[in-house]
Amino acid sequence: MRFWISAALALALAVAAAFTVKNAYFFFAGYVVLQFVVLATAWNILGGYAGYVNFGTGAFFGIGAYTAVLLVKSLGLPLGVQIAAAALVGAALGFGVGLLTLRLRGIFFSIATVAVAIILQTVIFNWRYLGGATGVQLLRPEVTPPFDNYIKMLFVVGTLLAIVAVAVARYVETSWVGRGLRAIRDSEEAAECTGVPTLRLKLLACVVSGALMSAAGAPLPMYQSFVEPDSAFSLNYSVSALAMPIIGGTAHWFGPVIGAVLLGTVQQLVTVTISSELNVLVVGVLLVLFVVAAPEGIVGLTRRLWARFFK
Amino acid sequence: MGALLQVSGLSKHFGGFTALDGVSLEIAEGERFGLIGPNGSGKTTLINCIAGSLYNEQGSIAFRGEEVSRLPAYQRVRRGIARSFQLPRPFKSMSVLENLIVPLEYVVHLNDADSRQEALRLLRAIGLADKAEAPSSRLSQVELRKLELARAMAARPRLLISDEAMAGLSGSEVDEVLKILFDLNAQGITIIMIEHIMQAVMRFSQRVVCLDAGKIIAEGTPQTIVQNGDVQRAYLGA
Repeated sequence: MRFWISAALALALAVAAAFTVKNAYFFFAGYVVLQFVVLATAWNILGGYAGYVNFGTGAFFGIGAYTAVLLVKSLGLPLGVQIAAAALVGAALGFGVGLLTLRLRGIFFSIATVAVAIILQTVIFNWRYLGGATGVQLLRPEVTPPFDNYIKMLFVVGTLLAIVAVAVARYVETSWVGRGLRAIRDSEEAAECTGVPTLRLKLLACVVSGALMSAAGAPLPMYQSFVEPDSAFSLNYSVSALAMPIIGGTAHWFGPVIGAVLLGTVQQLVTVTISSELNVLVVGVLLVLFVVAAPEGIVGLTRRLWARFFK
Repeated sequence: MGALLQVSGLSKHFGGFTALDGVSLEIAEGERFGLIGPNGSGKTTLINCIAGSLYNEQGSIAFRGEEVSRLPAYQRVRRGIARSFQLPRPFKSMSVLENLIVPLEYVVHLNDADSRQEALRLLRAIGLADKAEAPSSRLSQVELRKLELARAMAARPRLLISDEAMAGLSGSEVDEVLKILFDLNAQGITIIMIEHIMQAVMRFSQRVVCLDAGKIIAEGTPQTIVQNGDVQRAYLGA
């Protein structure tokens, strides 16, 4: 109940901001942070709970973006349909990739997911209708009532997507599915021998995670009013989606949210004040720091400190 | 007594290495069965094939009359074959109690409240109740072995495969684990014990099979096995 009240409050705040805050950059940057909340949360379902490190976030994100482009160019469908369709495509991709790769473990699985991103990017590179390597320009509607600006509308949609993603992750975490995934992470063989259908659960996690990642990619073309394969399938998405949960803490659904808000905001600040090259370095340095000093992330660190000083 | 488990002509290779070579055995309902053999003789491979962690290449495994050799491990545990691991594999991110909730949820399909109660009952029976909320990563060796057995028991098996549950334990700890296994057997659970501690196998088993280089070289009561020349040669290399 408390979760849903907080979620409703977050959405109300986002809507209120859209009608009161004048600074357009706030929404531009805020949307990116929200997008990372979705990506990090989605990544954590497979990577955090089940321990399968997916390096292919960019593949899912990019395919979501291009699904949207295809629907806009061919049928002129609205954003809601684009997002839903992207989620379906992401789920299907998750299922396919999962079937092919989830029998691999550890680093081999991770390498296979990188390959998926490269394959899909190559396909888009050679797909003329979707702009090929040079990308495709899209016209963004200036105004979308009741919002006086398209980006403000995207900001609210982003908030909604983030809430959906977090709610799904939270459900997975607290249900029997989450316990099964944790069992898989701790010992896959023991999990299987205690009745956990490991392959099925991993596939389920991959499908859900993929659907959310692709849904997060769907608004990208309109957000940028331009999209090209190199940036849509960028490895940066994969790295960030992995770094954020690790920094926030992978054991709890709140970890990826904190990680994404924190790292996403820092990245935006660094991009604006110093350089966009440096923000990648920030991710790297923070990731190394946390892996070494606080492997359980901010959530784990806070819990430990709390237990030490207040109990 | 009818056969609970019937293994016939089981073979398994790892590359050019023959781990199991036409192994056949029958285990009756309620039996206490000992499996011995020198290191590398195929004991663990055999039980991996029975529990479903590995798939055999030739031969068949029938459990309660049903062919199970193509089923994944999680299906076999649902049919009543549970195992413990030689090197304990606790779900270390979970508490001791939660470790037991996994099979209670996935095999017995209890709801949350019932599975907690049942897990506590099992922990009491095995003597781990005071550690129920402890993280399983903080258990001692003997506690880990008990957790392995309790978790296997939570799946309510008909056949329990105990893979070296006593290796590395002290004399009194061995007795403790032995008593647990005797109690389980008294409740009607068939037990396959794999063990290097001869005294324990001999005391526990009604029937013993000795494997060497993937083949059964002897079968009989503990007394006849100890006196068997092939067994002595296999162990002593004489």
